[in-house]
Amino acid sequence: MVIQSIVFYVFSCALLICGVMVISARNPVHSVLWLIAAFFQAAGLFVLMGAEFLAMILVIVYVGAVAVLFLFVVMMLDINFVELRRGVVRYLPIGGLIGLVLVSELVAMVSGWVPAAGALAQLGAPVPPVDQISNTRALGQLIYTQYFYLFQTAGMILLVAMIGAIVLTLRSREGVRRQNVPAQLARRREDVVAVRKVPTRGGV
Amino acid sequence: MTNPLIIQYLPILVFLVIAAAVAGGAVVMSLLVARQNPDSEKVSPYECGFEPFEDARRKFDVRFYLVSILFIIFDLEVAFLFPWAVTLGEIGMFGFWSMIVFLGVLTVGFAYEWKKGALEWE
Repeated sequence: MVIQSIVFYVFSCALLICGVMVISARNPVHSVLWLIAAFFQAAGLFVLMGAEFLAMILVIVYVGAVAVLFLFVVMMLDINFVELRRGVVRYLPIGGLIGLVLVSELVAMVSGWVPAAGALAQLGAPVPPVDQISNTRALGQLIYTQYFYLFQTAGMILLVAMIGAIVLTLRSREGVRRQNVPAQLARRREDVVAVRKVPTRGGV
Repeated sequence: MTNPLIIQYLPILVFLVIAAAVAGGAVVMSLLVARQNPDSEKVSPYECGFEPFEDARRKFDVRFYLVSILFIIFDLEVAFLFPWAVTLGEIGMFGFWSMIVFLGVLTVGFAYEWKKGALEWE
């Protein structure tokens, strides 16, 4: 289909542009915003591949939560990025060389990669055709039963992350007055209001 | 390869094109049509009468980070609930209890953070 390939190239080009902008933007906050744009383009590409669940998760989790976390981290670190960037031109040759080596390694590996004979047939869960069963349903049939241990491990990792974040960052401050709802509700009128008879010119 | 799933997303594509056209049109038309006569006072930042004297970015309280990471964790938990809810009729009791155990593990963490007071904002 022509439209499909046009959409693919539009999304891919936008993704590449966003990726370049992420690493070249002068302001780190702008970098995070470009990263969010890149996530959206990647979600579009996932939809184009038929992986709609992955696309929605990318939008919900990465755009909704992880990007916000990145933004907080960028703001919290308070690094002077302008000074950090000062040596870019000096280090460009060696950095470019390392990048070139990595790219050539990747190309050599991927181009020479042949799956073993019969490996595709031995997959634990063959991919069902997209037009027969929806993406989310196919995932749901596998995650909770066949991959039970991995699923529970994911839960454990989340628990560890939660506890670790609390242990590392939570500190109680002294002298903070908190609202105490039960104490407020338990207050009775008799305890706090008294009617006194005040004599004239006497004062309380 | 014509995929029925992708056909369903065609209205969203139309929306995207219209949104891009409207947004790009607003920028381009205001560049072309509007009269532009900038001077240094017009384009300088204005902040209620006094000079902006500080960088807008400063050190954040680490509590924002804590709230954000707790939000991510529960966000992921909800993400796991979607396929479970869709296939609940097919994965049987084992799948059901598998999810309940998962939720139980995260509820332990929830109880911990509640008792620690991580949900309170002082």
